[in-house]
Amino acid sequence: MLTIQEILETNRMIEQNNFDVRTITLGISLRDCCHPDIKIFCQNVYEKITRAGEHLVRTGEDIEAEYGIPIINKRISVTPIAIVAESCHTDSYVPVAHALDAAAKTVGVNFIGGFSALVEKGYTKGDRILIQSIPEALAQTERVCSSINLASTKAGINMDCVREMGQIIKRTAELTSDRDALGCAKLVVFANVPEDNPFMAGAFHGVGEAEKVISVGVSGPGVVKRALEEVRGKDFSAVAETIKKTAFKITRVGQLVAQEASRRMGVPFGIIDLSLAPTPAVGDSVAHILEEMGLESCGAPGTTAALAILNDAVKKGGLMASSHVGGLSGAFIPVSEDAGMIAAVERGSLTLEKLEAMTCVCSVGLDMIAVSGDTSAATISGIIADEAAIGMINNKTTAVRIIPVPGKKVGDSVEFGGLLGYSPIIPVNTFKSDDFIARGGRIPAPIRSLTN
Amino acid sequence: MKAVITIVGQDRVGIVAMVSEILATNSVNILNINQNILEGFFNMVMIVDMSSSKVSLKDLQQVLKGKGQELGLDIKLQHEDIFQIMHRI
Repeated sequence: MLTIQEILETNRMIEQNNFDVRTITLGISLRDCCHPDIKIFCQNVYEKITRAGEHLVRTGEDIEAEYGIPIINKRISVTPIAIVAESCHTDSYVPVAHALDAAAKTVGVNFIGGFSALVEKGYTKGDRILIQSIPEALAQTERVCSSINLASTKAGINMDCVREMGQIIKRTAELTSDRDALGCAKLVVFANVPEDNPFMAGAFHGVGEAEKVISVGVSGPGVVKRALEEVRGKDFSAVAETIKKTAFKITRVGQLVAQEASRRMGVPFGIIDLSLAPTPAVGDSVAHILEEMGLESCGAPGTTAALAILNDAVKKGGLMASSHVGGLSGAFIPVSEDAGMIAAVERGSLTLEKLEAMTCVCSVGLDMIAVSGDTSAATISGIIADEAAIGMINNKTTAVRIIPVPGKKVGDSVEFGGLLGYSPIIPVNTFKSDDFIARGGRIPAPIRSLTN
Repeated sequence: MKAVITIVGQDRVGIVAMVSEILATNSVNILNINQNILEGFFNMVMIVDMSSSKVSLKDLQQVLKGKGQELGLDIKLQHEDIFQIMHRI
């Protein structure tokens, strides 16, 4: 029989420490939607998503009510559009973004991911059209998310695409300048992208996936912070053990939600993503976990080590709690979405360079970084190249979601609203990388790619 | 199917009786009750068996929640599995 302490502990985690399931994401293959006529293709896409996702939101809400665990987002990911739209006779995929947006609205999901291309080794015709369509697509739609994989440990870095994405991010910012460049918050550039990630903006349904699949992203930085308060002053073995035990408990609930969603919708269970995803809410911050370990402010010397412990212990604890683990799995460090990160930037303890170091040991990369609107495309490309190199050499996922906010400069701040939060403008190194980025071509795959 | 009822709020006469009556009326069997008063606040956790229940879990949630609001109590009803999966391997 359950004890009263156990029941109250679970409910305290939910009610006081912001424990929630961050997302149930339904992956849908669009490979059978292809058609030379883009209008028919868009119609196929809309019909398939609305049919497959018809019960997603209601199922999520039912599970949420029955078990008393908040499920914050219900989302959809689809096959990268650059692949499935490639046979359309057209020079723009913006109409496809509209079809995705309309389907998301009909089904009632707040984001749909998969306006994506995988170009780590080179471009196809569809990849080029998709990338050129991104600024307009993100400016004209509300719920569509876009991602580009431009590097991998196996293939190296596509530096032509690194250069192009700097320009695309700038253009997206310009076209959404009336909303503080919100379009850039829905655009992420990856190295070593996982094809089963349920979190936005980088979710898409990989080509090796089944027809449909349910994946779940858990969360709960507040729960980890609360647990660490119990071991103040104790050594790092105690810290790691505490995080592991907490991650295990959190992930078990994610597993339950995933199994129930899978059973009720008749869709196979894919993976649990063991991520600690912060929100701007008080008590839901990854930075505050690092500070609980003994740092005066996130970004102080020791921060990278603290994040490494957190990231590793979350995986170790979560791994045993789920039958299938995948996605990004680790600790996210999105600046604008984390109250502790925002405060650390404001008080000057957290810089872009320190964030870059942290991305060597976190689950993703430079995330939700607002920079001055006059940051050049080449500088943004340089930042992307650095992140891609960290991912390529260390055989991990890295990403850049950077927002050059038109008209804003260091000293200003920007408000994205909701889960996307707000951020002070972060200073960027002003020395130029133009000639480096202008070279183009491919950075060869590293020696560690030759593992066979 | 088992479920867990948690009740928190200002203590007063008749809370247990009120909840028990709702459960009995709907053929929900009480398996375990744990109750105490902490600094004037009433805390109760009940484990109940809903296998013969006349109403669904969601409907019973609404009834209990409504009654709780009338009396200034926070009453939650949750499927037991969320606690089992977190605390039992």
